[in-house]
Amino acid sequence: MMSEIQLGFVGSARYLWRQLTSMRTALILLLLTGLAAIPGSLIPQRTNGPIPVQDYFQANPGLAKFLDQLWMFDVYGSPWFSSIYILLFISLIGCVIPRVIEHAKTLFKEPPAAPSKLEKMEYFQQFPGDFTAAQNYLKEKRFRIRQESDWISAEKGYLREFGNVLFHLSLILILIGVSIGSLFGMKGDSIVNIGERFTNIPTNYDSITYGKLFSDKSLPPFIIKADNFVAKYNPVTNMPEDYTLYVSVADGIDSKPIKKIIKVNSPLDFGSTSVYLQANGYSPLVTVRDANEKIVFQGAVPLLPQDANLSSIGAIKAPDTKPQLGFVTSFFPTVQEVEGQPATSSYPEALDPRLFIGTYVGDLQIDNGIPQSVYRLNTEKMVEVGLESLKVGETYKFDDGSLTFEGYVPWVNLNIVRDPGKSISLIGGILAILGLLASLFTRHRRIWIRRNGKTLEIAGLAKNAAPGLQNEIAKIVKELS
Amino acid sequence: MNAKNWAYLSNYFVYSSMVVYTLAFFAHAYETAMSVRNPEAAEKSEGNLLTKTLDFTKTEKIARIATSMMILGTVLLFGGVVARGISASRVPWSNMYEFSITGALAFCVAYLLTLRKYDLRWLGLPISIVVLLILGTAITVLYRPSAPLVPALKSTWLVIHVSAAIISGGVFFLANVISGMYLWLDSIEKRGGRNPWAKRLPDLETLDQLAYRLVAFVFPLWTFAVIAGAIWAEHAWGRYWGWDPKETWAFITWVAYAAYLHARVTVGWKGRRAAWLCLFAGSTFIFNYVYVNVWGTGKHTYSGL
Repeated sequence: MMSEIQLGFVGSARYLWRQLTSMRTALILLLLTGLAAIPGSLIPQRTNGPIPVQDYFQANPGLAKFLDQLWMFDVYGSPWFSSIYILLFISLIGCVIPRVIEHAKTLFKEPPAAPSKLEKMEYFQQFPGDFTAAQNYLKEKRFRIRQESDWISAEKGYLREFGNVLFHLSLILILIGVSIGSLFGMKGDSIVNIGERFTNIPTNYDSITYGKLFSDKSLPPFIIKADNFVAKYNPVTNMPEDYTLYVSVADGIDSKPIKKIIKVNSPLDFGSTSVYLQANGYSPLVTVRDANEKIVFQGAVPLLPQDANLSSIGAIKAPDTKPQLGFVTSFFPTVQEVEGQPATSSYPEALDPRLFIGTYVGDLQIDNGIPQSVYRLNTEKMVEVGLESLKVGETYKFDDGSLTFEGYVPWVNLNIVRDPGKSISLIGGILAILGLLASLFTRHRRIWIRRNGKTLEIAGLAKNAAPGLQNEIAKIVKELS
Repeated sequence: MNAKNWAYLSNYFVYSSMVVYTLAFFAHAYETAMSVRNPEAAEKSEGNLLTKTLDFTKTEKIARIATSMMILGTVLLFGGVVARGISASRVPWSNMYEFSITGALAFCVAYLLTLRKYDLRWLGLPISIVVLLILGTAITVLYRPSAPLVPALKSTWLVIHVSAAIISGGVFFLANVISGMYLWLDSIEKRGGRNPWAKRLPDLETLDQLAYRLVAFVFPLWTFAVIAGAIWAEHAWGRYWGWDPKETWAFITWVAYAAYLHARVTVGWKGRRAAWLCLFAGSTFIFNYVYVNVWGTGKHTYSGL
């Protein structure tokens, strides 16, 4: 009784395995993977930035909630997407392992014997010719040959199956590379004002995400000082032409800094960790004083660019004074003011910089425990006391204090990524292409020659109906007769 | 010559190629129309159905003229693409206008190269229409003044990745036209035999094989385009794969063509089913190009189209 049940289990497991690794299932899974990838390209994804997702939630709250339950904002990490591609890869492994074994065996085997009646095979021809010459000819053409007294069986194009197997194995290699990258990798962003330094420790990041098996020790201990940032723009189209970040890099606190350059297409590498120049903007330098002229805030405040001309917005907060001071801040590198319209920037370089501040007095609500964006002011418990536009060097005075616009520096966003799996994926990618080329451009074929008195009979078989065998046989006949 | 003059020259080249393609179109149309015999003549003549209803002797000359026009148009278009590149001192592949004219060029070159091996002149009529439509849309809707590259595009990978993608696109497009032709002719045959003019098109078997060959030929190149894109993305954006809409659709196209190749080689699909799958795969490419560039969001949208 017991054994029957076990047999039944093993039997059905075997049945399931056979179903899963059948070509039909593989094909369906392949198409399904393609289809499953579609929604993620039409609905904003959290991995590509949280803001479009938030906008989507605001625009269609009901629908968004429903979609969120289906993981539609995290399609590529969702259980359903993962299960499809994991099934696909299991099916692929199930298909490819037997083929590897089969292929390894054929490499050590002789070609099968020639059919007894060649006239029944394709491309059959008879011609007067020498048997030994035929044999030499095929050997010279690097066919694998098996021969008896009156027939030759020749086979060529093993590379096709080799390429095929290599291609599928490299896909598995790519998946391994991707997995290693996501398990042991990390990525993070940090906005650094020019003149400041960035030390690579987790608390210095504005945002950071780790893989499940990442350890803090894998953060290389580098210090980057942003020395200078040069942005070149086209004066006609306002489009950026070049961004160059000059940095001094030290591999730890004690080592001597080295000058380096980071550009958009050339990151700075520390082993499998790379530092990318991802975005840039302006940080106005301001000094905020309270009613007693005491400095309550001083420094560079990074603002977020809103358009290609770097009109930027953000907030300045001075919490260490009573009442607390807050400023809704806009910065325009080249201000353009039209009567009756809000100010904008007309050029991304700071040719005529202007700082606009809306001044608020009251409670910033920083200490209530709810995390707050540094770029936004919560004005619920504050009173607006004034609006002012400042040139460099100007000061705005109000009853509870003053703000001085001292100048500005550019900031850069450093995107720091560790991906220890990327070289594995790259090798996988290269091998996949080589495998594809070998399998799609190699013709696998057999040619048989049989001696029949003074004439030779020839016929062949093209695997996968690859064209060209007819011409090849015609050529052999021409050469030998 | 300065940059502006080169840009003008490029436009002249593109416009003149359109004129020549239009002539090719008329020549192909005339050829198709004239190879059909009048019913009386068809009844009097001998031989099989093909020689009875069609008369190639009258059209050989015009067919040659049509093909010469196609070649001339392609040479002019090549001039247009090169001059566009010189005007901006870079490869001319940074916005949709430039992708379109280069894509049209790749499409025509793919046709002309295939023509050397297969008698595909019957495809000249649909191909000249398609090219005129692409170029017409490009120069009216998508046109942008020639400008230097934004920093993100300044990379050798632009040349490698984009050229591979454009060539793949041209060949996929050709395979699509052929598969579409297959389905159309197949339905005509199912409804009871081909019309006289359709008789001079190749048999279904040839079309079926040809579509497969084109896809099998260009699939490794498309794989290369995707991988080269991934390498470039790693340099520029800090990750080699991020499911950006463009990447996602490139992946979908890749998967669809992989399914097509498996369906044909391993499962033995042929004919209608294979043609539909080929059309589906090709349309994911076109969707990627049109939808993601125009309405999509993501990192592949630069410089307003």
